[in-house]
Amino acid sequence: MADTAVEEAPSIEFVFTSEQKDLRKAVRELLAARSDEATVRTLMESDPGHDPQLWARLGGELGVLGLAVPEELGGVGGTLVDQAVVAEEFGAALLPGPVLGTVGLAIPALVALGSGAGPETAALLEALVAGTRTAALAVPDFGAAPSVTSTGDTLNGTLSQVVDGGADVLIVAATGPDGLGLYATEGGERSPLSTLDQTRRQARVVLDGAPARLLAAGDTAASAIAHALRVGGVLLAAEQVGGAQKLLDMTLAYANTRLQFGRKIGSFQAVKHRLADMLVLVEHARSTAYHAAWALQDGTDDPDLAVSVAQATCSENYQRVAADTIQLHGGIGFTWEHATHLYFKRAVTDAALLGSAAAHRERIAALVLDPAEPTGRATVANGVHMTDQG
Amino acid sequence: MDDSARVEKAARQVVEEHDPKKVPLREFLGACYDAGVAWVHFPEGLGGLGVSRGLQAVADEILQGAGGINPFAINPIGHGMAAPTVLEHGQGDLAAQLLRPLASTEHIWCQLFSEPGAGSDLAGLATSAVRDGDDWVVNGQKVWTSLAHRARYALLLARSDPDAFKHKGLTYFVMDMQAEGVETRPLRQMTGQAEFNEVYMSDVRIPDSHRLGAVGDGWRVAMTTLMNERSSIGGTSSVRGVGAIGDAVDLWAARPELRTPVLRDKLAALWTRAEAQRLTDQRARRSASTGSPGPEGSIAKVVSAELNQAVYEFCMEFLGPEATLYGDYTLRDIGRMEDYRGGIQQRFLRARANTIEGGTSEVLRNVIGERVLGLPGDLRADSGKPWKEIPRG
Repeated sequence: MADTAVEEAPSIEFVFTSEQKDLRKAVRELLAARSDEATVRTLMESDPGHDPQLWARLGGELGVLGLAVPEELGGVGGTLVDQAVVAEEFGAALLPGPVLGTVGLAIPALVALGSGAGPETAALLEALVAGTRTAALAVPDFGAAPSVTSTGDTLNGTLSQVVDGGADVLIVAATGPDGLGLYATEGGERSPLSTLDQTRRQARVVLDGAPARLLAAGDTAASAIAHALRVGGVLLAAEQVGGAQKLLDMTLAYANTRLQFGRKIGSFQAVKHRLADMLVLVEHARSTAYHAAWALQDGTDDPDLAVSVAQATCSENYQRVAADTIQLHGGIGFTWEHATHLYFKRAVTDAALLGSAAAHRERIAALVLDPAEPTGRATVANGVHMTDQG
Repeated sequence: MDDSARVEKAARQVVEEHDPKKVPLREFLGACYDAGVAWVHFPEGLGGLGVSRGLQAVADEILQGAGGINPFAINPIGHGMAAPTVLEHGQGDLAAQLLRPLASTEHIWCQLFSEPGAGSDLAGLATSAVRDGDDWVVNGQKVWTSLAHRARYALLLARSDPDAFKHKGLTYFVMDMQAEGVETRPLRQMTGQAEFNEVYMSDVRIPDSHRLGAVGDGWRVAMTTLMNERSSIGGTSSVRGVGAIGDAVDLWAARPELRTPVLRDKLAALWTRAEAQRLTDQRARRSASTGSPGPEGSIAKVVSAELNQAVYEFCMEFLGPEATLYGDYTLRDIGRMEDYRGGIQQRFLRARANTIEGGTSEVLRNVIGERVLGLPGDLRADSGKPWKEIPRG
């Protein structure tokens, strides 16, 4: 009885449990030791672009790649907020690896298929969670029709950009004989692309009769895709928060030590005020990302609205914080040796993935503005006296 | 009997013997004072029961549940700032003299701090107080005073020693607004209305017994007042889509013929920012209530002020030529703090004050930078100088 009561204690939005705080600390410490800036720089200029041993350790020893996978699917039965805590730390450290493809998208897609998806799918999910295999998801955003076609057990078509497209398994949306399907393939011709952000790999994938296995079709496939895009949106937002906070900390430290005109530059109001604005950007990003995580987890808000608010906010704010970071660092912030550009490039890339800020604002407008009904609260003066007294 | 039961019993007795639905407001509020439930944490005999401040909620639930009006709404400066300051710093029986009529709202209070030459730099104020026998003689001008036209008493901060450093030469008084030499004038705003007043003081005599705190200690006493102001403000709405952004969405809904795709994106961006701040307010309240307030609570004012302006700027752009019309510039309702309730055009004009009142956005960004982010202070031209040597103008 007592155990049940503890498990069913309702989560409180914006309040992290002590377990979640410990989780954050453990991931942060491991990444500080094993994925510092020098390591990130080495990995980003070598293949496969990440450290498979560290990836397996994150999946195995720490078990932080599939925290929200339910127990009946072989997971630890944690929550999306747990996974968001980890994504935030990954973002702060710019962890190279298939974070978005595998943790953000493929695992949630397989989770959405549920326990009826068969033993092969269950085994794949288990391997992804363990960090022994990697996967990427290639689906169109916002319910558009896929460009890939399927014969039932092969795939045809070209995917010009797949994030983490070099992964072991690609999960691909394709139009088959019976309509929309979600397929898994280990084939396809994968050509690594030269990317703006070298810590997040992409590939061009040519599917020319690549053998594939149907995971789900029709509505099941569509809802798995929608679920993956929502969860991916939350985790991407959390990653953006982690990166933005890291940049604010870096810039504050710099403004508190760098001397010009005989003063710390942070004492100049032009610098101080920009830093205050950066705090606003970071805190807004954090509020929207956390809200989206809790909203999806607990069903307390329209998930599409919460995710779009988070994505629209975090994409824009991370980029602005990254740009301000370069500006406030001055010349050093434009050099290759300084970490600012690594984060700036990640910020620009993240903003373009899973829908731009503008695309998410479009969805917000469709959800909030288009259906709005007048309440008569806002009165407009028409120039004829005494008509505007509310 | 434990404290909570004492508070409950006292409050119940008040509503039984002075039913707020039947007796005049002042009688009811006076009875609250006499029973010790006006502010339960005050000492017995001064409107309180000497119990924990948190127990006020127990009393309020009973008093307001029976139909009693929260006196804060009628006498905000009196209840929010004057009462704690007079209690803490009043000499002799000053608190006993002043608190009951304050509590009953027979005496409305106002606050005389800001001056035309001292806004952001409040400690640089110039209104002078010169000792003359048992009295002080006050000369100067105050500005942006809410309720001055109705107030019987004022909290006054004045300069008693121009030779001291600026924070050290101030003394704090209670001033009778009916004293000879006090003149109150409405201060008309760019909207045409007058929420505030100017107060002129010419050789106003204040007895030394109305001094709060020691001579030269006015800044510290003022901090008591302002701390109470801060704790009495706050608690913005947690409902989605209210306030300025609610006006904009309402306007959008009401006027489909004015919509364009570009304006739609602009409004969606504003709505998203308002939502981000609403969520940040919620997060700040959550962390304050769990006892670990973070930096998120410090940004609310600066963000909401600028957002209000941006939202009403959007409304004006949306309205096009209609935006250039106005309701009525005739001065009416002097002192009603409801200027923001006019038409969109009036709300747009009123919003210009948002980034100035209650701390300018420039000062607030300094505060965020220095107190929240830990950045060094700016160089100051006024440090280490007597007040009278500091350039003013």
